[in-house]
Amino acid sequence: MILSVSHIMKAYQGRAILEGCSFCFDKNITYVLMGANGSGKSTFLRICALLESPDSGEIGFTAGNTPLQQDMSLRRRITLVLPRIGVFNTTVFRNVAYGLMIRGALHGDIEQQVARTLAFVGLEHKKKQHALTLSSGETQRLGIARALIIEPEILFLDEPTASVDQENTEIIESIVHAMKKDGRTTVIMTTHDREQAERLGDRLLVMKHGRIENMPSP
Amino acid sequence: MDSFISGLIKAFSLILHLNPELFGIIFLSLKVSGLALVMATLFGLPTGAILGLSRFPGQSTSVSVMNTLMGLPPVVVGLFVYLLLSRKGPLGFMGLLYSPPAMILAQTILAFPIIASLCHSAIVNIDPIIKQAATTLGATPGQTTITIIKEARYGIMSAVIAAFGRVMAEVGAILIVGGNIAGYTRVMTTTIALETDKGNFELALALGIILLSISFVINVLLHVIQKKGMANKA
Repeated sequence: MILSVSHIMKAYQGRAILEGCSFCFDKNITYVLMGANGSGKSTFLRICALLESPDSGEIGFTAGNTPLQQDMSLRRRITLVLPRIGVFNTTVFRNVAYGLMIRGALHGDIEQQVARTLAFVGLEHKKKQHALTLSSGETQRLGIARALIIEPEILFLDEPTASVDQENTEIIESIVHAMKKDGRTTVIMTTHDREQAERLGDRLLVMKHGRIENMPSP
Repeated sequence: MDSFISGLIKAFSLILHLNPELFGIIFLSLKVSGLALVMATLFGLPTGAILGLSRFPGQSTSVSVMNTLMGLPPVVVGLFVYLLLSRKGPLGFMGLLYSPPAMILAQTILAFPIIASLCHSAIVNIDPIIKQAATTLGATPGQTTITIIKEARYGIMSAVIAAFGRVMAEVGAILIVGGNIAGYTRVMTTTIALETDKGNFELALALGIILLSISFVINVLLHVIQKKGMANKA
């Protein structure tokens, strides 16, 4: 699936955030979007993930050459991990299983996939723990696990390491690396860290004056 | 003082000897209030959810009205239900006046705004990030609503328990619509009122002890639920 955005405009309380933002994202590539605070990176991801509507402009998803309807089935093929994870007031297991449960997956499959995904993000030993008792780094990994289990075609990661320690940053980076290696997901993430962007991104982008540009080489 | 102490002793004796009249009254009270609570929850929870999760014209007025109705005077509810069910009333043909269903209806009307209003509060206090999390994970609007209601479960349970406490202790409305008929519509609170008037304190005290015990259990439950809800958020 490819994502293309054209001439996206978005303003909050009269202040323009995105001003004619256009870009085309290719399949199974990891994009890292950088930019100053308030430059509109998060707004851009929220619009692409269909969590918000733009004031004007178009977002298009295509599979092969076929344009996709922006309906529930498309919503279930993409997901966004927010910088602050909305943890459900239940166990780690049930949090990670959520995406499968709402899709009507069978109990046995859920058990298996949750175990595999928790192992992938290094939280297998926390399966029965209450999710609200996790550390901030573990919570971020929980958010990523919850997104990964539904095997999205496009995964948006908004500042996944902004509020976590070095150890968890390294774990999260290794998760993104593993996804790149797997090559089945288009990842579009934002970060402030230039070095991290270079470590993780196939393509580096920058949000400037409400538009996306390719990052100039250092 | 002596009559109070001897009344208490006789009251405990009635309880310990499992007096059939006493337990018949307790059973009817629990049945009437329990069914009223089920009815009020069936209507109150969806109302609270709609008030908390939807946007429509007059929404804040509806919330204010619901909050005001939490303080409905029981005798006014009794009068309203009486007029509704009396022979010349719109539902008089059903012949429900002075029967347990009339008492259930009155208590449902009393409990409904409590449940709807407290459920609304519980739901609007859920962090909006939960709704976003459910949406980004592919939940339909219906699944998102269920997720939010599940997140608000401790507040919802508190609402139901608070309403149960209110209807169990209520006397005005059920006295008007139930008529306090022995063995048919006589419940704990109406019996206490009647037996006190008659100077028969043993049964009144025994029921008072049971009512206080039920109230105590309800409050302990409420406390445990609220503590559990807070502990999870800590």
